[in-house]
Amino acid sequence: MSVQNLNSYDPFADEGDPLGDAADVGSTSDYIHIRIQQRNGRKTLTTLQGLPKQYDSKKLLKAFKKEFACNGTLVDDEKMGQVIQLQGDQRAKISNFLSENGIEKSTIKVHGF
Amino acid sequence: MSEEPLFDPSLKKRKKKTVAFTEDPLGADADPTAPPPESIDGTTINGDPVDLGPTTAHERMKEEKDKPADDDFKAMFGDIKKKKKKKEIPMDFGEDSGTSTPATTAEPTTTAAATITPDDLDFSDIKKKKKSTKKKAAFDLEAFEKELNDSKSKSTTTTTTTSSSSGDGKGGAAEEDDDDGPEPDTTHLDHIDEAELGDDPFAHPGDAPVGVDAGNEAWLKSDRDYTYPELLTRFYASLHAANPALLSTSSRKRYTIAPPQLFREGNKKSIFANVTDICKKMHRQPEHVIQFLFAEMGTTGSVDGAGRLVIKGRFQQKQIENVLRRYMVEYVTCKTCKSPDTLLTKENRIFFMACESCGSRRSVNAIKSGFQAQVGKRSKNKTG
Repeated sequence: MSVQNLNSYDPFADEGDPLGDAADVGSTSDYIHIRIQQRNGRKTLTTLQGLPKQYDSKKLLKAFKKEFACNGTLVDDEKMGQVIQLQGDQRAKISNFLSENGIEKSTIKVHGF
Repeated sequence: MSEEPLFDPSLKKRKKKTVAFTEDPLGADADPTAPPPESIDGTTINGDPVDLGPTTAHERMKEEKDKPADDDFKAMFGDIKKKKKKKEIPMDFGEDSGTSTPATTAEPTTTAAATITPDDLDFSDIKKKKKSTKKKAAFDLEAFEKELNDSKSKSTTTTTTTSSSSGDGKGGAAEEDDDDGPEPDTTHLDHIDEAELGDDPFAHPGDAPVGVDAGNEAWLKSDRDYTYPELLTRFYASLHAANPALLSTSSRKRYTIAPPQLFREGNKKSIFANVTDICKKMHRQPEHVIQFLFAEMGTTGSVDGAGRLVIKGRFQQKQIENVLRRYMVEYVTCKTCKSPDTLLTKENRIFFMACESCGSRRSVNAIKSGFQAQVGKRSKNKTG
């Protein structure tokens, strides 16, 4: 007969380095990043990275292209996953579009100048 | 004729034609439903102030919609309803905020003062005043500040009477020993001072220290009990007279940084000349700042011999300034106390920011440059 309370469990046991297994503490992994890149001349490129899995990026891209009247493409990056690329500076528009369609504004991070 | 219906709720149509500046945005809503002529009598019977006229009409309109038809209810929540409606109407600025809001705000402030007066604690009194400040500041700042001044003067007079009547409250204790009296309160005072100076720069410093020279206040000679605000100002005046260093820290000098100097090198490169100066000013490693700049702007670059940063791409001073500002928010200013007096240290591959002024310590995000799209010719790109 075993009493649950008497089980040998050391509450002070070493749990290991709390920062050890999570290599990216304070990481921005759950953010949606909207970045901008300069091309030649006045041209720019907007990238959207870190879209949550439940959103279909293909459909989103289609909506973006229609809404912002720009071309765009879906890029598969081995590290970053699927990234939406749009022509021109669409950062403010994207963040507005996403927050209007039920994505928390605090999870969207707009980078760039 | 022109004077009386000027504020009459049901005669807005005529008002609009005759006097332009009395046009009320509420009137536009009220007109289609055409409030019955009884409403005129109703308002006069109720004895509402003339200023409140338009809002009452609006209330009536709402009553017709909802049909709660409860006079007590209306009387109780009349104020709240009015405020709600004000928020809903987008074009509510011009005339309305000038005339009717002061009247509505007047009631809560006076009631607040009335509720305060029974309390003998002056500290709570101040707190309440502050609360009311913030709540109502959202509605109408200008009109409210007038009200605030009024209510403050009112409440100070009321507290004067209460404390003098209650006799041996805080005032009595302070009276016995003028120097020791205020000292136990300093912790509270600090809170008040900080909140008033830090949170709300627009707030009137009310009982906070103003330039009153200590030692020769008029009330010192009088025989009555000293009030808390009086002693408070006296304490602060003498405190700041004794050590002016405190005054400068409380007024918190602004943290300024020289604007970035941007030059164009050729057609495709920008030169950020005073990176090192700015980094020195922020107490940050130039490498860290540069890494952040490149990650944010999605470019690359290098530092030339003179310590200037050469950035690939065309950038303007304003753009760099924006990025630097974001850097400061994230890596320089303390999140707790907003002080820029922080240290950035690296431990176990993680950056920690320690605040020098408040002692707080937190980890900060590592700088990550995200996805970099292929720009330019593929043949120039070595990897691709």
